[in-house]
Amino acid sequence: MSVLIFIDQAEGHVKKASLEAITYGAAIAAQLNTTAEGVVLGTTHEDLAGLGKYGVKKIHHVNNEALNNFDAQVFTKVIAQAVEASSATIVVFSNNVDGKAIAPRLSARLKAGLVAGAVALPDTSNGFVVKKNVFSGKAFANISVTTAIKIISLSPNAYKTVATEGNAEVVPLNAVVDTGKIKITAVHKVSGEISLAEADVVVSGGRGLKGPENWGMIEELAKLLHAATACSRPVADIGWRPHHEHVGQTGLAIAPNLYIAIGISGAIQHLAGVNRSKIIVVINKDPEAPFFKAADYGIVGDIFEVVPKIIEAVKQLK
Amino acid sequence: MKILVCISKTPDTTAKIAFTDNNTKFADAGVQWIINPYDEWYALVRAIELKEKDATTVIHLVTVGAADADPIIRKALALGGDEAIRVNTDSHDSFVIASQIAAVAKEGGYDLIFTGKETIDYNGSSIGGMVAELLDLPYVSLATKFDISGTTATITREIEGGEEVCEVSLPVTVSCQKGMAEQRIPNMKGIMGARTKPLKVKEPVAADALTSVAGFGLPPAKAGVKLVPADNPAELVRLLHEEAKAI
Repeated sequence: MSVLIFIDQAEGHVKKASLEAITYGAAIAAQLNTTAEGVVLGTTHEDLAGLGKYGVKKIHHVNNEALNNFDAQVFTKVIAQAVEASSATIVVFSNNVDGKAIAPRLSARLKAGLVAGAVALPDTSNGFVVKKNVFSGKAFANISVTTAIKIISLSPNAYKTVATEGNAEVVPLNAVVDTGKIKITAVHKVSGEISLAEADVVVSGGRGLKGPENWGMIEELAKLLHAATACSRPVADIGWRPHHEHVGQTGLAIAPNLYIAIGISGAIQHLAGVNRSKIIVVINKDPEAPFFKAADYGIVGDIFEVVPKIIEAVKQLK
Repeated sequence: MKILVCISKTPDTTAKIAFTDNNTKFADAGVQWIINPYDEWYALVRAIELKEKDATTVIHLVTVGAADADPIIRKALALGGDEAIRVNTDSHDSFVIASQIAAVAKEGGYDLIFTGKETIDYNGSSIGGMVAELLDLPYVSLATKFDISGTTATITREIEGGEEVCEVSLPVTVSCQKGMAEQRIPNMKGIMGARTKPLKVKEPVAADALTSVAGFGLPPAKAGVKLVPADNPAELVRLLHEEAKAI
């Protein structure tokens, strides 16, 4: 038996969310007295052996360039072969865009129970129970999995990456790779920006900004803090900011270490997308804004006066 | 073209979340139920738009649930769709639900299966992928755009820090999110028409649950906000740096 971690790549580079998944999978392996193994699909620019420092002992590498084109159907069959090769009884994914496409497929294929969006290590004291968020972060559920093989997809930013020392043994896996039905024709990356889903710090603006021309200070603060920028739903709906920046119940749900909300009142639907943030800072002129109830730190004041002063203070700090 | 749209019943986005029966059951007394927003605003409305472009398109809706899901599926029919199927089981296990949808899909021979990207109650984002695997179909998740030309679909999906465009031949399963379509309000004609559209009730196929809920809980309440005076924002930066160690 082993714990197998799917190590997800983008353009040959391991994603940050996968490092969390490796650390998490290694912790489960330690808990169950077994070893953590990984599987990497496609060509890579990474030193795979070096991923051993996150606790993975062996990496199965399917070095086939057909797998540089993401197709969940093809990936699932390859990962199923890696599950067999590693005799894995637990399979760990990040619950990121690719994990959300593959993990359910693998669950159906192997009849293996899936906990999608885990936020803590499994409790193995009585069965196998994994905590996950439900009701868009307003509650959690403990999910019991009883199947022989168990699949966990880990919420991004829910488990901290820990690097120590060690090297993984890298072994080629000669898996059967089907011809995919999905052909990727274009990739549009918003260049120079930090990915919102993976960001440690997020600076977010709402209707209080009064117009898209006022976003300069949001962007400046974000740049100083190496943060991603986000916005509330009305701001995306009226076209002040692109849709991919919308966080909230119907947009992206995020869990950064620090979330700074500027000119956002904090409707319940917005809170649902950000309430897993570790520290929430709210700056709003309305002392009755519901967001203050969910915040750790706050300033009641005019954002156009307060935010430039914050920017100055951050510059002083650096 | 035949489209199957998967519809789930969820508590309203403003519903109070609480649990009963020793924290094993959602306290649904007095809760307003809605169509899962992702299923409604994106999956269903996009399917309706495709039918508006090509009148020969047939849209079926499917939901897996007990009779209390009927008002929700009628509401979905008021927006659009030709008929609905309800599979009569109250399971909350994704695999059991996906198995029911896959059985309906197999029988109906659909070119397209649309789901929302996730439900706002269990947040599993699992049904589309499971259905696709059970039917051995390609799956494009978290789609923000969907267009079709002949039998080829062009789909844009979310990736980290951007979007990816892909092409795939039908049939395909797609999970839909923001960008696919805009929310619509059903009109009186739609509401009246929905009453006479067929709603077929099917008994479930056999499928074993792979997971169960051992219990629910609520996150601990925040300790309360620490307010910094508006004339001293530098103090906020100091607290974030020294106390919270967040910057």
